[in-house]
Amino acid sequence: MTDIKSNVPANQNEGSLAKRFLRGTEIDTRLLGMFAALLLIWIGFHIFPGLRTFVYALGGAVFMGEGTIGDAAALLNPATIWDGGVFLTPRNLWNLSVQTSSIGIMATGMVLVIITRNIDLSVGAIVGVTAMIMGLVQVEVLPQYLGIGHPLIWVITAIIGITLGAVIGAFHGWLIAYRGIPSFIVTLGGLLIWRGAAFLSASGRTISPVDSTFQLLGGGPYGAVGAMGSWIVGALACAAILWMLYTGRQSRKNYGFPLRPIWAEMFMAAVGCGLVLGAVLLVNAYPWPKGIIEQYAAANNIVVPEEGIFISHGFAIPVLIMLGVAIGMTLLMTRTRFGRYVFAIGGNPEAAALSGINVRWMTLRIFSLMGALAGLSGVVASARLNSATNALGMLDELYVIAAAVIGGTSLAGGVGTIYGAILGALVMQSLQTGMVLIGFDSAVQQIVVGGVLVFAVYLDNLYRSKAK
Amino acid sequence: MIQNTGTPLVELRDIHISFGGIKAVDGVSVDLYPGEVVGLLGHNGAGKSTLIKCLSGAYQADEGEIYIKGERATIRNPRDARDYNIETIYQTLALADNLDAASNLFLGRELTTRSGMLDDAGMEAETRKIMKRLNPNFQKFKVPVSALSGGQRQSVAIARAVYFNAQILIMDEPTAALGPQETQMVADLINELKKQGLGIFLIDHDVHAVKQLCDRASVMKNGLLVGTVKVDEVSEDDILAMIIMGKKPAHLAA
Repeated sequence: MTDIKSNVPANQNEGSLAKRFLRGTEIDTRLLGMFAALLLIWIGFHIFPGLRTFVYALGGAVFMGEGTIGDAAALLNPATIWDGGVFLTPRNLWNLSVQTSSIGIMATGMVLVIITRNIDLSVGAIVGVTAMIMGLVQVEVLPQYLGIGHPLIWVITAIIGITLGAVIGAFHGWLIAYRGIPSFIVTLGGLLIWRGAAFLSASGRTISPVDSTFQLLGGGPYGAVGAMGSWIVGALACAAILWMLYTGRQSRKNYGFPLRPIWAEMFMAAVGCGLVLGAVLLVNAYPWPKGIIEQYAAANNIVVPEEGIFISHGFAIPVLIMLGVAIGMTLLMTRTRFGRYVFAIGGNPEAAALSGINVRWMTLRIFSLMGALAGLSGVVASARLNSATNALGMLDELYVIAAAVIGGTSLAGGVGTIYGAILGALVMQSLQTGMVLIGFDSAVQQIVVGGVLVFAVYLDNLYRSKAK
Repeated sequence: MIQNTGTPLVELRDIHISFGGIKAVDGVSVDLYPGEVVGLLGHNGAGKSTLIKCLSGAYQADEGEIYIKGERATIRNPRDARDYNIETIYQTLALADNLDAASNLFLGRELTTRSGMLDDAGMEAETRKIMKRLNPNFQKFKVPVSALSGGQRQSVAIARAVYFNAQILIMDEPTAALGPQETQMVADLINELKKQGLGIFLIDHDVHAVKQLCDRASVMKNGLLVGTVKVDEVSEDDILAMIIMGKKPAHLAA
């Protein structure tokens, strides 16, 4: 069992600067690629309106004789093009973050489902049925006992919704694991059944408005934590990043494993904290709209001065929920036995069973977790809409699966990351939002999203075959 | 030659296993003493893997009893088998290809920190220790085992069986995918473990290897036990005759 190559320890100072950098920081190159793609999409959407104006002017000058080519060329000024964009603005990026949260929350669960070589087509329908039941509970049931606007209503409602999602998911998992029905069939049936149940639960009515505290879970000016809250969140996140880097280094040191070079540790800390603080600055740069300020001022007896008051949104609550879920799920997948078994089942189900892992019980629990996350997503989606409709979450399953797959989850099983799925959800939502902003109609949007999904998986295949 | 007296480490008594009316194992009894290697031989489909899987917990016998150190044992699943210190090296190796060596070695028995989280650094340190003993050239601790050579994968599978202080080791064709040098390494390991007092069931096709490594050989054909012989008392041809004709050698047939 000799392996000459592996006998020679890799020389730390070997290779080009870029290679040394990647080896030192141990950054996943795929992650870098996703960030680059996201940035490309964002900048593309931002400069698109300016470029379009230029192309129209040029076309007008050449073919219609309207204006001169010189006038058109003046529009090619980078500053003009940049200022004409609306995508990379605090307002749009804040909205983007809120719109991503519902899909992002579910995408983290779909990663587990797909890693274990299953699929869940029912998540959108579970969003619909849990949102309807929660709508009924908080609008028509609980106020009878607690009174309208009781502070406990949102808690009880959310717990009921998430539990219902978990129970539905567990039932799907039971049919799949203990009754041997393929997950595709079980959840395809679930898609139809729970969508129908959502309609029947309130005879097709839309329930609106929802409880006023519950509504905050969906975002909006009041459903955000404000400037100070965002700074606190940012500071905690930075502290966590530094602590993780420090303890990671300590534990490597304790066992005498090779350490990352100190410059790489510094770089990771700087990038991590820089991203967090950048996000804080961004969400704090988006002020409440004038109408909300006036409403707020009137309610709190504040006199609004001539120049207005600048009140920051800060992080929206659904975004914080998504980040909390993402952190929790990442810990679950990388630091616990449960996560290790998920990967093992995906890599080799037979080997997992022979190692004493109860594969059936794991499958049931994974689907139950997926259902609970769909219930949580139902909370966020119905709160954001301020109403429960039976069409809520329609087609979400496809966006969730697409987000997980774009994020690097392999449909062959065994491979996937939570942060990848969140980034995938962000890519999907960026495409949607961007196309709405530049005025593509929904038919074109569907074509682009479909094309991007297929292309992304193709690129991923290329990357993986090169990485081997 | 060790003396097979006293209580056997393992006794499989009158085991029957059938799949949909086909008798895969039909009333077979074998036993194993501490510090002994017993070879299980037979054609493909003779029932040797099936027989041994009811000891490793992958299958359950329809009829028959398992005794471990003289006591009746119930083995319902692989976890039960592990509780009896029975470890198995499967022919397929049963590795999760997407996980690294340490994750595979500790799969199902992960080390955790006080807070209940996985102790990956601790597991890697233990893996480095055992691999240093089994395969000193092994360096690829950070990559999925799919990136390892056949011999390296084999050494991960062996390390998993050896690490947890197995008393009973089942090896299902451990050298089938290996080159001559790696095969020798497995042979050395078997001899070393034998000295430590483990009992080993060795399933193999190679009569020559069985002659060299085993103390006794049990031969199966069509789900039935042809017989169990001491390898020193028979020739390779005798064993081949048992495998092919299903007949015990004349000088031993009582």
